[in-house]
Amino acid sequence: MSNEHIDEISGVMTTGHEWDGIKELNNPLPRWWVITFYVTIAWALAYTIAYPAWPMLSSATNGVLSFSSRNDVKNELAAAEAAKAKYVAAIQSKSVSEIAGDDALREFAVAAGGAAFKVNCVQCHGSGALGSKGFPNLNDDDWLWGGKTEQIHQTITHGIRFAADADTRQSEMTAFVDVLKPEQIAQVSAYVASLSGPMHDKSLIEPGAKVFADNCAACHGENAKGNRELGAPDLTDAIWLYGSGEAAIAAQVRAPKNGVMPAWVGRLGETTVKELAVYVHSLGGGE
Amino acid sequence: MRFGTEIVLLTLFAFAALVAAGFGADEPFRQHMWVLFFAVAGFTAILLRNTDFKPAAPIDPTAYMDGPIRYGAIATVFWGVVGMLVGVVIALQLAYPDLNFGPWLNFGRLRPVHTSGVVFAFGGNALLCTSLYVVQRTCRARLFGGNLAWFVFWGYQLFIVMAATGYLLGITESREYAEPEWYVDIWLTIVWVAYLILFLGTILKRKEPHIYVANWFYLSFIVTIAMLHVVNNLSMPASLVGSKSYSAFSGVQDALTQWWYGHNAVGFFLTAGFLGMMYYFVPKQVNRPVYSYRLSIIHFWALIFLYIWAGPHHLHYTALPDWAQTLGMVFSIMLWMPSWGGMINGLMTLSGAWDKIRTDPIVRMMVAAIAFYGMSTFEGPMMSIKTVNSLSHYTDWTIGHVHSGALGWVGLITFGAIYYMVPKLWNRERLYSLRLVTWHFWLATLGIVVYAAVMWVSGIMQGLMWREYDEQGFLVYSFAETVAAMHPYYVMRAAGGAMYLTGMLIMAWNVTMTILGYQREEQSSPGSAPALQPAE
Repeated sequence: MSNEHIDEISGVMTTGHEWDGIKELNNPLPRWWVITFYVTIAWALAYTIAYPAWPMLSSATNGVLSFSSRNDVKNELAAAEAAKAKYVAAIQSKSVSEIAGDDALREFAVAAGGAAFKVNCVQCHGSGALGSKGFPNLNDDDWLWGGKTEQIHQTITHGIRFAADADTRQSEMTAFVDVLKPEQIAQVSAYVASLSGPMHDKSLIEPGAKVFADNCAACHGENAKGNRELGAPDLTDAIWLYGSGEAAIAAQVRAPKNGVMPAWVGRLGETTVKELAVYVHSLGGGE
Repeated sequence: MRFGTEIVLLTLFAFAALVAAGFGADEPFRQHMWVLFFAVAGFTAILLRNTDFKPAAPIDPTAYMDGPIRYGAIATVFWGVVGMLVGVVIALQLAYPDLNFGPWLNFGRLRPVHTSGVVFAFGGNALLCTSLYVVQRTCRARLFGGNLAWFVFWGYQLFIVMAATGYLLGITESREYAEPEWYVDIWLTIVWVAYLILFLGTILKRKEPHIYVANWFYLSFIVTIAMLHVVNNLSMPASLVGSKSYSAFSGVQDALTQWWYGHNAVGFFLTAGFLGMMYYFVPKQVNRPVYSYRLSIIHFWALIFLYIWAGPHHLHYTALPDWAQTLGMVFSIMLWMPSWGGMINGLMTLSGAWDKIRTDPIVRMMVAAIAFYGMSTFEGPMMSIKTVNSLSHYTDWTIGHVHSGALGWVGLITFGAIYYMVPKLWNRERLYSLRLVTWHFWLATLGIVVYAAVMWVSGIMQGLMWREYDEQGFLVYSFAETVAAMHPYYVMRAAGGAMYLTGMLIMAWNVTMTILGYQREEQSSPGSAPALQPAE
């Protein structure tokens, strides 16, 4: 076409086309652009020779490097297993207290248990094992069912009040709502609260002590220090699973919450449960 | 009678929706059909109130048909505000989970409202109205097919309403960016084929000897989206009056079809379509010729040939066979230069007019859009490299990448095009306020920078935390710990998004005032005094 002319500002020829006032310059392709494009194409071709790439009739080319992402994963997992094998074998053959007594093994078990704890236990016990209302803090030295490695191991393995496991830790606090009169519940709650806190109303506390001795001491002990055989908590240490204060205590006396923890051995296996026991024991309150 | 046929057909359509609402096989479907009924019946009522029996004025066959484009420009701004507002809401939901108000306003239901809202409602309307604007002017031909353009416009709005209300009701195919169920998909197919006929028909009756490059890009976008949409949504409804369907594909084939669709929705909707926009509005606004005709040909064909193969890079290290992963990756690498061809052509079109970046906030917006385009089309091929992908995949880095493309490229180029078109469409001398455009530019740009930078940091942190092993070979962090660590970044991301939304609201104000015919008395922005021309 004859409309081609030189654009005055750039000094470049136009193509002679024009649409709604838009013209086009006839600049060549930028050299660096063409070269880079060719380099990426060359690189792409080389890569497809090196790696599995071109589909054929029933399979694809394997590539000269014989790369396979599935084999890679398999090898990496095998290497990781192999690196752990020595420790895992030792953990399988030893008891939890033996593991805790061996520095190298304990270090390994604490790392493994910590990883398993973050996936399986934090939902209830919280990250950092700090617990929350209804779920015990595992960092302190207040243990419902015992803080020795074996006892922790037993708890994790079979759970607490977990119906599906015959060896689960079993106990249930009676609901006293039909056993005690409301004023007796108020009295015993005031008494229990006074064991670890300030005394508010002496007129309640004295009869409360009597109610306690008659109804509660059988499980929680004469001195209210609890009984780990029964999972009965120490009521004198100011650590409260279901909340502090007379109202929370009274609620628990009337209609107790009896928390459940699942048995983990079926799901996680013996090795991981041992590692978890050693880890929980290492948190600070282990006995 | 004006609108006579339309009113009869719409009444039948509304009646069909009512029947479907009565006989629906499941509760969500019945609710959805009530939505359809009220939408169509309401629209019919509006037409009835506007009907008259005077003979219609003859249409000038040489005049451009700009009615649907005016509506499209308004719809673009409206859906932009809606889509970005929902985006800020779900960003806050991620930072503060208490903001989930179930079941309708849970994150899971709002998230597709945001993605479809900005991609298909905001971006789609922008492409629809600019493509019809551009094709008429570069072909010197009125739109083909009489009222077909009105059908395409309103049909597309109905698709958007049905898609978005379906998400809120919990109706979803669970295919990312293709969530609407089968009956909404069928409706979109009808509308889209009408769009193709409309666009192609206009090109065929053009009075220019050649087809302008913008139209190649628009046409490739329309054709490819039709193909992607139909294939990816092949499915069997469980009931013809029910909201559930089952995909024709299963397992890894399903995943690959989905990402062939998903990646090319990015490639042909958000790249090719908006390149078409760039090729018209940038030369118009800066009043310079396109830099290189040859580059536009080569990069167009290279882009559309290479893009379609790159989808498997979304499925690295999955059940997808290694060979398909390799091809997805190398095609993505080869795509780098074809993508940058558009950036070069867009930026170099400014040669001889670089000072306009300083003097014209609309040009500044377009140039920033092209810069973000260049950045994200470099980042994309980089992230497709398997080694990089093993860190970046499934992390917020991907979200940051998408948003630097969507907010930076798609958003800013659309704003530029709308600011260019609106005064011309309504015969206004100029925009209500150029200073407000400057405000919009800076709010949007800062919002993008905050958003993208924060997502890089949080994405890379997330990826590194996921793969952190201790000396004994055990994972150091649990998933919940990585989520907790991202909280501050989620808050900052919401702030970046809120800045961008504020810019959008300023635009809505500016566009509304321009349409209403106001002009703000204002001094020109500092620095925008005409540059002195060097003596030559």
